[in-house]
Amino acid sequence: MGVGKAILAVTATVSLVFPAHPIFDHALPKLSDYGFFKAPINEQIPISGVIPYTIASELFSDYAEKLRFIKVPNNKSISHNDDLSFNYPDGTFLIKTFYYPSDIRDPDSDRRLIETRLLKKTGSEWLAMPYVWNNEQTEAVLALAGDRTEVSWIHSDGKPISILYSVPNLNQCKSCHVYNNVQQPIGPKVRNLNLNFSYDDIPMNQLDKWISVGILEPFDDKILLPRTVNYMDAHDGSLDQRARAWLDINCAHCHRRGGPAETSGLYLEVEETDPTALGIFKPPVAAGRGSGDLKYNIVPGHPEESIMDFRIRSRDPGIMMPELNRKLVHKEGVELIQAWIKHMPERK
Amino acid sequence: MQFIRSIIILKFTFSLCLAEFEKDLQLQLILAEPGDTIKLSSGLFPILGTLSMEGKENIVIKGTGMNSTTLNFSTQVEGAQGLSITNCKNIILEDFTVQNAKGDAIKCQYVDGITFRRVKAQWLGGPKSTNGAYGLYPVQCENVLIEHCVAIAASDAGIYVGQSKNIIVRFSEAFENVAGIEIENSTKADVYGNNVHGNTGGILVFDLPDLVVKEGKQIRIFDNIIKKNNIDNFAPEGNIVAKVPSGTGIMVMATEQVEIFGNTIIDNKTAGTAIVSYFITEEETKDTQYNPYTSSIYVHDNIYRREPQIPTLDHDIGLLLFTRFYKDVPDIIYDGMPDPKHLGAGGYIPNSRRLCIASNVDADYLNLEISKNFESWYSPFFAEFKTDINECECEQEPIPEVVLDID
Repeated sequence: MGVGKAILAVTATVSLVFPAHPIFDHALPKLSDYGFFKAPINEQIPISGVIPYTIASELFSDYAEKLRFIKVPNNKSISHNDDLSFNYPDGTFLIKTFYYPSDIRDPDSDRRLIETRLLKKTGSEWLAMPYVWNNEQTEAVLALAGDRTEVSWIHSDGKPISILYSVPNLNQCKSCHVYNNVQQPIGPKVRNLNLNFSYDDIPMNQLDKWISVGILEPFDDKILLPRTVNYMDAHDGSLDQRARAWLDINCAHCHRRGGPAETSGLYLEVEETDPTALGIFKPPVAAGRGSGDLKYNIVPGHPEESIMDFRIRSRDPGIMMPELNRKLVHKEGVELIQAWIKHMPERK
Repeated sequence: MQFIRSIIILKFTFSLCLAEFEKDLQLQLILAEPGDTIKLSSGLFPILGTLSMEGKENIVIKGTGMNSTTLNFSTQVEGAQGLSITNCKNIILEDFTVQNAKGDAIKCQYVDGITFRRVKAQWLGGPKSTNGAYGLYPVQCENVLIEHCVAIAASDAGIYVGQSKNIIVRFSEAFENVAGIEIENSTKADVYGNNVHGNTGGILVFDLPDLVVKEGKQIRIFDNIIKKNNIDNFAPEGNIVAKVPSGTGIMVMATEQVEIFGNTIIDNKTAGTAIVSYFITEEETKDTQYNPYTSSIYVHDNIYRREPQIPTLDHDIGLLLFTRFYKDVPDIIYDGMPDPKHLGAGGYIPNSRRLCIASNVDADYLNLEISKNFESWYSPFFAEFKTDINECECEQEPIPEVVLDID
């Protein structure tokens, strides 16, 4: 309660002090100022033109649930390139709300909204704008310096969990969203969107929906569009595909050529084919105690000898991967990566 | 306006409680505009998360002194670095200390023009493998100046410049680190006037495979005092520096064009100066663009002094040296692996491409000839070593001075 107000106060003061900062040309003080949602906005029911979506494989963020929306300016649409990357029109918003149900096993249990992150396309850049929900759940206010807040819920095993949840600050947003020095979205790619979503209880492929409402230009019929598997669904794709999907969404925004972790030489995009770049018998570069006294990132057949497993299992800020946005271990993800490494053919 | 602004910044800086200090400082780092100086007041400030600056130009972050302004990360709960500076131009860090970061103390990536001046990176309580990896850590930067800085007890390198270009590290002190100063996969570096003592290895110049930026070259190490770098290696296994023998003064690995001169190299128990190829690590690499050899290495006009003492027994090379030389280990140790691409007719290598050793005071020499002794070189009783320093007597053109392009 106090925290939210303090942030609002500090942010307001700062906007008086630093009026020239470009963020203030775009960032409105409160989430409701944008008019994305019908009142009361905590129900997160979008107005017409704000379209909900989901992605095939999700970034783990301490078991927070997410609601995603896109708003493309009227009469504009997203075009795409031969490599299926998107060109978003200026003024496009990607909206993502993080929340916790009081009981994660029951989707209808009371939910607490924590933060809503906006990405706005402005010229060649995307601006990231974090908004933090107040305790009354009536409003979310701009929090450029991020925030930390205590969150509790009943977990899937029926046990209560409580963590100090971190809302990333403006720079932390960029630390994941940067690619070749330009801030961009991570999740919405063709292969992540190519699945059904329930629109008012009517399921429809998301790409088809976007095309039908005119925010996405149609694809050439002859192209077979790729789809990322859902790593949480043991029946979707192979073990290798699921593990690579998990690494792609959780790690590859940094661990790719042109990404912030390119100095490590470890590249985890789903398209990567070089075994050394994927970590197989690759010694660490600047891992420090992140190596966990292990010699290689991945030792096929032996997760217990693999730095990758050690770091995704850790909760020590100096060791754990990803570095940000996680206080807990993603148990399901770790089990998946362990199984993947275990089933790799042993060789030397 | 400027007046009001500085009052408000002062209010931020001296604000009521410590958590506010962190939030205010982070906000200033986010909102700073070109030409701003972010002032840190005197005091010991506990910080819970990585402080970060991103995409800025012409900013100074300035404390009141490395012994009076301290950012302490002992209770850090998130982020791996203390201070992280990315994608910036012309940044100056001055007069403060970063203590006990969970990972690296100050990491700068993609910064053109980064100055560390009178900045200290420290882990309290001395060498421990649980300390963070790097103290001052510019990577993929250009125009790097590190001067009058101090780095203490990093579990990898106290001052580490990696995958960077145009670098000066001078008048700084590094002790109780695994590596005092390390220049890795970097081009054009001058490292001089530093006092590097009590580390596992003093100054390392490495080139490693499988990285975006490779082929480090044109490095000058001169006028440094490199003394008693004899502490046990406490780097976590897996890291390349975990392979550095305790008692190493200077080590050049797989790099070309390195000039080492005017240094005072005293009482490093295992290797005053080691010139080695990547093969010494016994690691394989599939990186076809990587050159594992050293070439064009010029070691001249250094002073070597070494009291008779036992080299490290914690390392194969130390054991070998001990068995063969007991307490009188040679100062300059070469693995005898020249770059085959420079081999001319009859196995002759032009002077400009070899290891040249000239005009040192009290230097003796050992060539391990690991190419010939490859099967048995760790078996000191059978291996044939060369110890005649005259085989390296030659001179090379000096490497040009580094000129930084910093406004």
